[in-house]
Amino acid sequence: MRVSQLPMRRRVWNLGARVLLYLSAGLTCGLLVLLIGTICARGIRGINWQMLTTAESVLRGTVGILPAIQNTLFVIVLSLLIVLPLGVGAAVYLTEYAKNHRLVSLIEFATETLAGIPSIIYALVGVIIFCTALGLQKTLVSGALTLVIMNLPTIIRSTQESLKTVPQSYREGALALGSGKWHMIRTVVLPSSIDGIVTGSILAIGRVVGESAVLMYTVGLSTAMQDFSSLAAMMKASGATLTVALYIYAKERADFTTAFAIATILLGLTVVINGAAALAGKKLKKV
Amino acid sequence: MQEEPILRIQHLDLWYGENHALKDVALDIPAHRITALIGPSGCGKSTFLRTLNRMNDLIPGIKISGSLTYRGSEIYDPAQDVTPLRKNIGMVFQKPNPFPMSIYDNVAYGPRTHGIRSRVQLDEIVERSLRSAAIWDEVKDRLKKSALGLSGGQQQRLCIARALAAGPDVLLMDESTSALDPISTSKIEDLAMELKKEYTIVIVTHNMQQAVRVSDRTAFFLLGELIECGDTEKMFSQPADKRTEDYITGRFG
Repeated sequence: MRVSQLPMRRRVWNLGARVLLYLSAGLTCGLLVLLIGTICARGIRGINWQMLTTAESVLRGTVGILPAIQNTLFVIVLSLLIVLPLGVGAAVYLTEYAKNHRLVSLIEFATETLAGIPSIIYALVGVIIFCTALGLQKTLVSGALTLVIMNLPTIIRSTQESLKTVPQSYREGALALGSGKWHMIRTVVLPSSIDGIVTGSILAIGRVVGESAVLMYTVGLSTAMQDFSSLAAMMKASGATLTVALYIYAKERADFTTAFAIATILLGLTVVINGAAALAGKKLKKV
Repeated sequence: MQEEPILRIQHLDLWYGENHALKDVALDIPAHRITALIGPSGCGKSTFLRTLNRMNDLIPGIKISGSLTYRGSEIYDPAQDVTPLRKNIGMVFQKPNPFPMSIYDNVAYGPRTHGIRSRVQLDEIVERSLRSAAIWDEVKDRLKKSALGLSGGQQQRLCIARALAAGPDVLLMDESTSALDPISTSKIEDLAMELKKEYTIVIVTHNMQQAVRVSDRTAFFLLGELIECGDTEKMFSQPADKRTEDYITGRFG
């Protein structure tokens, strides 16, 4: 039946629903475009080569955020390197090995709750455990470890969800060919759930790039160049990441040109990293 | 029977929790024959098949007693490693279940699992297995393509090739044609009859015509009991038990 043949009342409903749907879709996209547009429009002006490639210099009066970019990348890479094996491992254990269903559902409930906790609480935990109790002080390492704790629930949950979508018949097929359990998981189950793992990593990277509360309290506020040349130096490196730098420029120095420039760089960085993660996922997936 | 049976089952009892699913089953499976397991749904024929390569181990709350031997060695001996057992006793499932990888990697999965790394050797095994499963000509130009792009019947023959590549001498087929169209079904039946020269085959089927067409011996299960077992021709012409007769003449099931 064509729309024009429907009774009047249903045609009005139809039109009403259509308008509402278009409106909500339009509003969402509009807000996104407005946000990105404003940030880029105000930020592009502040970006220049010198800013991207040097540290700030009080003597010469130049702005530079290279240290912040390096710190951000360091924190992302370090926290992912720790959280991925840990989170994927925990998810594999919970879905493939754990026999005690009550314990599993308890852990699942706990991870779900942890995933929803405000990040400032993780910041406090980070300060108490990593900075103070373990004596790491305010360093990038402390920050990365705190982010590991913060992202662990997300990674576990998203990996678990995608492990559950792997058909049981794949597992049976592999076992029936004489494959051991771990071999089956490594060769069939994990490759089939790589999508979920990549999605989880992208979410995690997004949270790391965008996180400010945790980092403000754990990584320190220095805007000077850090030394990444040795392991010992890395352990001591302490300084603002991009979000923290953004806060410093906007709040403490009222330099909004630089703040918006940093915001633009953050946006660009997120897009690049997400693209890379998606590409890596495609490469890892067989065929 | 000319020689020792490949699989010998004596006094097999199996429980799923409280449910006594197989009752005192005794059956010899001779080499190079196709043995068909028939019976109505829930009679235990699939359960029985899955005890032969210990696929039932995965089910919690299962209890098995009795003696099952493969070439004289106890299948349920605690010292029995399931990896070599399942290498020797391959299985093809009801629904085709190729892995989401290339056709080549699917077939090479078994040999790789059992430690074969040499490219030359793998190439040789993959080609031989695909030829044995009568699918080589259809896939030889697309070995690197995903197995999920094949039709249902091709996928099932690929799964047979995958099972053969592991180097079994027994092949268990669990209603392996029930999800397929008639043409694919007849291809797989022809294939099974070809394969029995080199392999011992046990099929579960709910299709009695199929049992008549392909099998040499038939075993009839009802409510967890093995009612009757014998040469297919004889069983379908002169069943010894009244219940077998009722089932094969379609009075129930």
